[in-house]
Amino acid sequence: MAELSAQASQPAANTRKRAMSENLFGWMLVAPAMIFIAVIVAWPLTETIRLSFMDAGLGGEEFIGLENYQDLADSRKFHQTVIRTFYWMFLSVGIKLIMGLIGATLLNAAIPGRALFRVLVMPPWVIPVAIGCIGWLWLYNGYFGVLSGVMMKLGITDGPFEFLAYKSSAFYSAVVTDVWVGTPMVTLFFLAAMQGVSRDLYEAAWVDGAGRWYRFRRITIPQIMPVIVSMALLSAIFTFNSFEIIWILTEGGPRSATTTLIIDTYKVAIGNYKFGEGAARAVVIVVLLAVFSLIYLFLLNKINKRYGAK
Amino acid sequence: MMDRYTKLQLVGIYAALAVFLTFILLPFFEMFMASLRPLEHLFRSPYQFWSDDFSLQAYKDMWVTVPLLGRYIFNSIFIATSVTVITMVFVVPAAYAYARLEFPFKNMSLAIFLGVNMFTGAVLLIPLYRVLRTMGLLNTYWAMIVPGVAFLIPTGIWLLRSYLEKIPRELEEAAFVDGASRMYTLRRVVLPLAVPGLIVVSVAVFIGAYAQQFLFAITFNQTRELQPLPAGLFEFIGYQSVTWNEMMAAALVGVLPVMLIFLFLQKYLVAGLTAGAVKE
Repeated sequence: MAELSAQASQPAANTRKRAMSENLFGWMLVAPAMIFIAVIVAWPLTETIRLSFMDAGLGGEEFIGLENYQDLADSRKFHQTVIRTFYWMFLSVGIKLIMGLIGATLLNAAIPGRALFRVLVMPPWVIPVAIGCIGWLWLYNGYFGVLSGVMMKLGITDGPFEFLAYKSSAFYSAVVTDVWVGTPMVTLFFLAAMQGVSRDLYEAAWVDGAGRWYRFRRITIPQIMPVIVSMALLSAIFTFNSFEIIWILTEGGPRSATTTLIIDTYKVAIGNYKFGEGAARAVVIVVLLAVFSLIYLFLLNKINKRYGAK
Repeated sequence: MMDRYTKLQLVGIYAALAVFLTFILLPFFEMFMASLRPLEHLFRSPYQFWSDDFSLQAYKDMWVTVPLLGRYIFNSIFIATSVTVITMVFVVPAAYAYARLEFPFKNMSLAIFLGVNMFTGAVLLIPLYRVLRTMGLLNTYWAMIVPGVAFLIPTGIWLLRSYLEKIPRELEEAAFVDGASRMYTLRRVVLPLAVPGLIVVSVAVFIGAYAQQFLFAITFNQTRELQPLPAGLFEFIGYQSVTWNEMMAAALVGVLPVMLIFLFLQKYLVAGLTAGAVKE
């Protein structure tokens, strides 16, 4: 009896020892990355929060409580910027998802040349956004750009049309460029998801006489729904935070027509050295993104349950 | 049978693909066309679809107009390479831990890493500027490398973790049972098996590092000699006029390194990056 229990406790102690070393080892491996992130991301984030309660500039800092936030709450201009940012995000993400679905469906079709087409979709994803934007800057040029040129040839406009010079055309031009930057990634993820859908499902439906459209709606979409939903969130975050595209095309102009929260924050904080006011804006961005993501993840959970995703 | 298309459907698919690809490739095509035209022909209005004097002159002149152009391209590659090496040093152990080990706060800490993806540098610029200033790193390569690393660590961990999870555990367990230490197992058993994954993740990080330089460069670095290409390209925009043809030529030369790497590795890259989209 005593012998038996002694034998039994031996492996147990061993397991415990191993478990402890695994805990330690795990943290040993993760710690360097964690510390790096803490210094470069987490600490600046708390600094941003602290600064948002300060009147801070190049001269120094002075605690002013909620004044920066009060100013934002009172500013009609800022309200417009928030609304514009969400409009920018929903519009651009919506188009990206639709383009992605169309693109992935086309690239998933069993046609000759599809391997080549798949490669041709990717360049905007690979190259630096800033360089792609320089290309778009050229396309949008009213006098020498191809878009204005085609419009003149077709008689849509009489003279040169400067896409980036008018409020609404500048805004939608920025949306188009953002869609261009984001579509390849969305397309490729959708394509990968579509390729993962079991052929048996399609064949069963096909045998039952289901047409392509029906199969797309009733098999493809539900099967790749988890990927659609997570890509929507990911592109929403990217689009919300998108800086380079707008900065290079318009710097937020003309007359603030393309100023999103990120651009506004950058201009106030870095352009005008109003660190406190900028920090308050940054905090608003973080809070809005966090709230948006939480709501979204809640919905994602529901959708995943509904579609029975693993 | 199921995959057979009628002629009309085929025409429709190709036509739709043509429209889609035109949208994606038009900027590149126009950049290339602009780079081939002499400046005075570029500045002809209305727009001309064809010129009869295409030349490669811009590809020669651009080095003269912006004398530091070669340096900018070097800087871009240098910064991206440094970011990649440093990022991987942090990513490899962490990704292994998340793929294989159980430890307290595992899921929570992973969530924190991924949460970093929610912020761009733009939100953190003010304090980051001060951190870098305190550390004396402003206007050095480090000013562009350090934040670059921070924002690529999470993606790197995520990608490599999903790759490592696919490597069978048996080999490690065998080594472990034979008395090999954890560190030894990681170095001698896991890493050699993970080489393809390491390459894919490194290349993905490199592409990311090459792409993200603009914001950090214009905010944290005023030293001209250290500027990466995306920032340096704006020197083609002069006070008097913009040498568009040379700017486009320089931009295309500048994306060549990443495009080449990408073309050679695209199959593995796409599979590696989209791995999360396909649940087995």
